[in-house]
Amino acid sequence: MSNAESEKEYWRWTESRFTNPDLNWEDADIISAGVDVGSVSTQAVIMLDGEIYCYSSMRTGSNSPDSAKNAMDWALEGTGLTLDKIQYVVGTGYGRVNVPFAKRAITEIACHARGANFIYGPEIRTVLDMGGQDCKAIRCDNRGKVTAFLMNDKCAAGTGRGMEVFADLLQVHINDVGKMSLDVDEEPEPVSSTCVVFAKSEAVGLLRKGWPKEKVLAAYCSAMAHRVVTLLLRLGIEEKFAITGGIAKNIGVVKRIEDELKFKAPEPSIDPQIAGAIGAALFAKALVEKERKKA
Amino acid sequence: MITAGIDCGSKNTKVVILDDNNILSTSLVLSGFDQEESAQQALNNALEKIGITREDVKHITVTGAGMDAIFFADDNITTVTSDGKGTFFLFPSTRTVIDIGAEEGLVVKLDENGKVKDFGINEKCAAGAGAFIEAMSRALEVNIEAMGELSLKSTKKIPMNAQCTIFAESEVVSLIHQKTPKEDIIRAVHDAIADRNTSMVRQIGIEKDVALIGGMAKNIGFIDAMNRNLGFDLLVPKDKIAPEYISALGAALIAQEKIGG
Amino acid sequence: MTKANYGYKDGSGEYFITIDTDLCNSCGKCVEACPEGVLEMAEDELDPLSDEIIAIVSEKHRKKIKYSCAPCKGGETKELPCVKACEFGALSHSW
Repeated sequence: MSNAESEKEYWRWTESRFTNPDLNWEDADIISAGVDVGSVSTQAVIMLDGEIYCYSSMRTGSNSPDSAKNAMDWALEGTGLTLDKIQYVVGTGYGRVNVPFAKRAITEIACHARGANFIYGPEIRTVLDMGGQDCKAIRCDNRGKVTAFLMNDKCAAGTGRGMEVFADLLQVHINDVGKMSLDVDEEPEPVSSTCVVFAKSEAVGLLRKGWPKEKVLAAYCSAMAHRVVTLLLRLGIEEKFAITGGIAKNIGVVKRIEDELKFKAPEPSIDPQIAGAIGAALFAKALVEKERKKA
Repeated sequence: MITAGIDCGSKNTKVVILDDNNILSTSLVLSGFDQEESAQQALNNALEKIGITREDVKHITVTGAGMDAIFFADDNITTVTSDGKGTFFLFPSTRTVIDIGAEEGLVVKLDENGKVKDFGINEKCAAGAGAFIEAMSRALEVNIEAMGELSLKSTKKIPMNAQCTIFAESEVVSLIHQKTPKEDIIRAVHDAIADRNTSMVRQIGIEKDVALIGGMAKNIGFIDAMNRNLGFDLLVPKDKIAPEYISALGAALIAQEKIGG
Repeated sequence: MTKANYGYKDGSGEYFITIDTDLCNSCGKCVEACPEGVLEMAEDELDPLSDEIIAIVSEKHRKKIKYSCAPCKGGETKELPCVKACEFGALSHSW
């Protein structure tokens, strides 16, 4: 498999855009937007008085100032609405300082909590976001305000990147990892090394001992789930609990987390990948209201 | 009295054969998956080099991460002990030993008699050990032996944000895409790992003289970075014996003591 | 109670500095006490609508906190200078 091919395989989602046909931006009082630039994907969400009007989700690519503009342009496509008519844009995510047209940058933790509150409802108190290069655990109140957080972006274990390394090692398509890991008669001991670099050597040893791929994947998913759970327990978990981010689509990890915590995570009605951008757009609206009060 | 010390490292197995404090021979093989087999191999290689047999060796002491798997050894000792013993033998002025191997880093404090006073281990994270340099050499497509030398050719200091070997690989790839000179990237890699290890040494406490041993002590770029961080030159084994053998040397010395040598 | 946990967990352990932003009264004594520059005063990033300035762990140190704090951890005295400096107990270390 060539490098280009294997890189393509890591895109587990399709680029998308959406416009709400029931809303008209010309009738709106506050037009706000949020742009979330991630290590892998970028989302732009435009809201009219706190309701989603249009959004886009696309690959970040290698140049993040461009990706913010591209996502915004694509989201606005066909609506007649232009950037200059948006009253406030908030940037967030890794590239949040690289949203050149944003009036303010807000941390992805605060935006994610607000966005999760919007998507899952005010009963949500704990959000676990497992992304490409980080793992965030967030506690929030009924308004989506953060009451506690824990972000791990130092170590690849428990992130999408760590999972990619394993998928690569075992020559398994990343989409199949979750399903395959559940295809075992008995749950094996989890991989003992947390460090992905050392876990890799451990996995090679297991394969040599005759372990089938499914069992090795199970051992790794189990270790990953356990690691994430200990992070969550440090934060304390309160229901309702939601899982978002790329790894939310890995049923092998999700099921093991749910089993260990004895909590089931709800299904979202909106693509959870835009949670950060939604939160940013909501903050943008609140900041417009704040400015108006001051005036 | 001939004795042998075997250091079962996570990457390489090292053997030192001693005769009354004289180093007769050394050998190194990859540890692989069968630790005992590699240890046998390494020992046999060392014996062959000087034309002696197993029977000539009066006592075998084993140390290192994989030491529990070696059933043919007479006894085993911890790496902390062997590091201290081997280093003090070479440099009796040593009071702090820094051993950076493939998968872990060790700091050992010694008193004026070479006895272990205190120690600390930095383990289980590849970013603090040789595995980091190895991964970066692959990402940069540079021979691992050349890494140290290239880092010294750097003309500019660049920041490295990633603290994880896996993320550092991606960071290196994007730095290459941005046309950053390889020497500067390699220097940043060495500075990063030296910074991590210097912090751990400072946690245990620095007392001169400080010696550097283990596989990483062969890397001139790393030695340079450590010297810069500490503000003085570290003692590094060079002429008598290479730095990665010091732990095995320590084990062989202990073997001597065990049989009254 | 709003708790910000800065740090990480990796193969070698869990390293988090927790600052309770509700208890923090913005005195800045912890920032002065830290010999490594780990702490700084900044806007509360968890509450973007407030203008309060509170203590945070600087971004530069969040991913290497084990190493940044190592020099203070080795001493004979068990009390860390930053924890000692805070009269309100807003700051704590997980290791």
